[in-house]
Amino acid sequence: MGDKKFLHADKLRDWLQELSKEFSVYAPQMNGSVQEFAQYTADSEISLDLLSTEPPKKVLFPQTEYMFRYKYEKSNQDLGGEELQLTEDLPQDKPLIFACRPCDAAGFQIFDSVFAQKEISDPYYKNRRDKACIVSLACTIPDNTCFCNWVGGGPTDPQGSDVMLFPVQEGYLLEPITDKGEQLLNYKGFETAGEKATEAEELKQSSLEKMPQFIDLGDVPQKLLDLFENMEFWEQVSNKCISCGVCTYLCPTCYCFNISDESAGKAGKRIRSWDSCMYFLFTLEASGHNPRSSKAHRLRNRIGHKFSYHPHNHAGIFACSGCGRCIKYCPANVDIREVIQLVKEYKDVHGE
Amino acid sequence: MSTESNPYLPYLATVNQVVQETADIKTFRVVLNNEQARQNFDFKPGQFGQLSVFGVGEATFVINSPPTRKEFLQFSVMRAGEVTGKLHSLRAGDQVGLRAPLGNSFPYEQMKGKDVLLIGGGIGMAPLRTLLLTLLDNKEEYGNISVIYGARTPNDLCYTYEFQEWRDKGADLTLAVDREHPDWEGRVGFVPAVLAEDAPSPRNCVAVTCGPPIMIKFVLKGLKELDFEDDQIVTTLEKRMKCGIGLCGRCNIGNRYVCVDGPVFSYSQLRELPQEF
Repeated sequence: MGDKKFLHADKLRDWLQELSKEFSVYAPQMNGSVQEFAQYTADSEISLDLLSTEPPKKVLFPQTEYMFRYKYEKSNQDLGGEELQLTEDLPQDKPLIFACRPCDAAGFQIFDSVFAQKEISDPYYKNRRDKACIVSLACTIPDNTCFCNWVGGGPTDPQGSDVMLFPVQEGYLLEPITDKGEQLLNYKGFETAGEKATEAEELKQSSLEKMPQFIDLGDVPQKLLDLFENMEFWEQVSNKCISCGVCTYLCPTCYCFNISDESAGKAGKRIRSWDSCMYFLFTLEASGHNPRSSKAHRLRNRIGHKFSYHPHNHAGIFACSGCGRCIKYCPANVDIREVIQLVKEYKDVHGE
Repeated sequence: MSTESNPYLPYLATVNQVVQETADIKTFRVVLNNEQARQNFDFKPGQFGQLSVFGVGEATFVINSPPTRKEFLQFSVMRAGEVTGKLHSLRAGDQVGLRAPLGNSFPYEQMKGKDVLLIGGGIGMAPLRTLLLTLLDNKEEYGNISVIYGARTPNDLCYTYEFQEWRDKGADLTLAVDREHPDWEGRVGFVPAVLAEDAPSPRNCVAVTCGPPIMIKFVLKGLKELDFEDDQIVTTLEKRMKCGIGLCGRCNIGNRYVCVDGPVFSYSQLRELPQEF
């Protein structure tokens, strides 16, 4: 990879302006009390000091998007008849996600493993993803809900990022991770890295030391299968859950979706929107049967998917990047770390 | 898949015939509008499609016509929700969307040279019909083909107009209804009870069952009592689905997705999955 660069803090806006010529730049900004990824413009106030409330997943996987439009038109062939036309709506955006955190970049890798597979891919996600660049800001101080180091990540881990940004004295050290990232470092305002590179290396070490103690989750996938039939366990851990779904909406790796139609007269749209496995309606069948009828069944599936089914299907990778948002924003204090620790300790507790 | 680049984009299709099967089940025969798509369309028995009514949405149905008969694609729809309600209002000439074929298929190649026993209940006969006709259209390659088909009442049986054709082509067809009925001269009793009475031999036989979950449960139990091995029993599952391509997260049973790894599973495969049906 190419040389590391230094960007003086004063020149950050200038660089973002430069990037905005080519990309739609999405950067963390406050919207009331919510820090979200919004399009960067000349008057945007970006905020870099917190893990954003929302992950940037909506940039590549919007909460609601049009898949295609349909329209009935009067026919000039079959007089008195109508013709149906479909128009595909593929995204036009060329997005750059600026200053997401390493856990958010890792989240997109989970998305890639499902939505951009060799055999089958999601054309809407993949279209944006292929054009997108991800510039991640290394974490220096973990939140008390962070656990990226349990699930294969780390506070300065470059997986999923094109460029890593390290906050150093007077500005940022930039490290290109991919070819795409290297292309972003042509801006003339950069300085040579010099001693800043050493400062960034030290930061990699010190950030890691501040993380919670590492816990090996290697046996969790199998234990989840062993625990599958134990509804008492699942009822106990889901007891507090109010099925609000905020854990799934704020999760950088949750990708479940719904497809629905919206019509106005003779025309309309097919829409894809986020859905949540925490909802009763998610799996309710037309017959009235529901394979996941209680919140215990639904939490079992959410945890099972992230820590057993996904790793089984995708080379052992957990479908969780340890960002901790589901813990931080759960109104009922359900803590995914507690659940997976209980799963891990299950046999010890019961002396089996 | 509908188009190579976008699996969510349906083919446009025209309903060319609607058959009222029962009070709440209609069969739709549809033809793809695009000549080339029609020529290239290929599927295997047991695969399903997502049928769209534009403005209302999509719902999942097995293609119940066999691949041996290509003049139209047939779907049987029980009125249950929004999309099925709208489908029931369609008439010949109306436009629908179709994403198909999706999912895996019945192991009809492995059934060659064997006896096949089809056990269906209610609308669960639809997926068995595609297999039955595929087998009957290649009858010389298979052993005895027998069918046990049950419904609540005689009026709830589908495909009554072609029972004679099934028999003529060599199917041994046993029909049953749940309770005595003045117009009914066939068997009376639940499907698992009829199976137990007839006690078919598992020797060189594959049993395929589809129907309401409670029926499947007791049919599986009955087949085991008749000494069918787990890999001699095949079923096809129905789950709520949206994408049909393994992405939307709805139809998983443990790490398997009914829409891509199914809908057809052998009993030995089902037993390996977490029991969440």
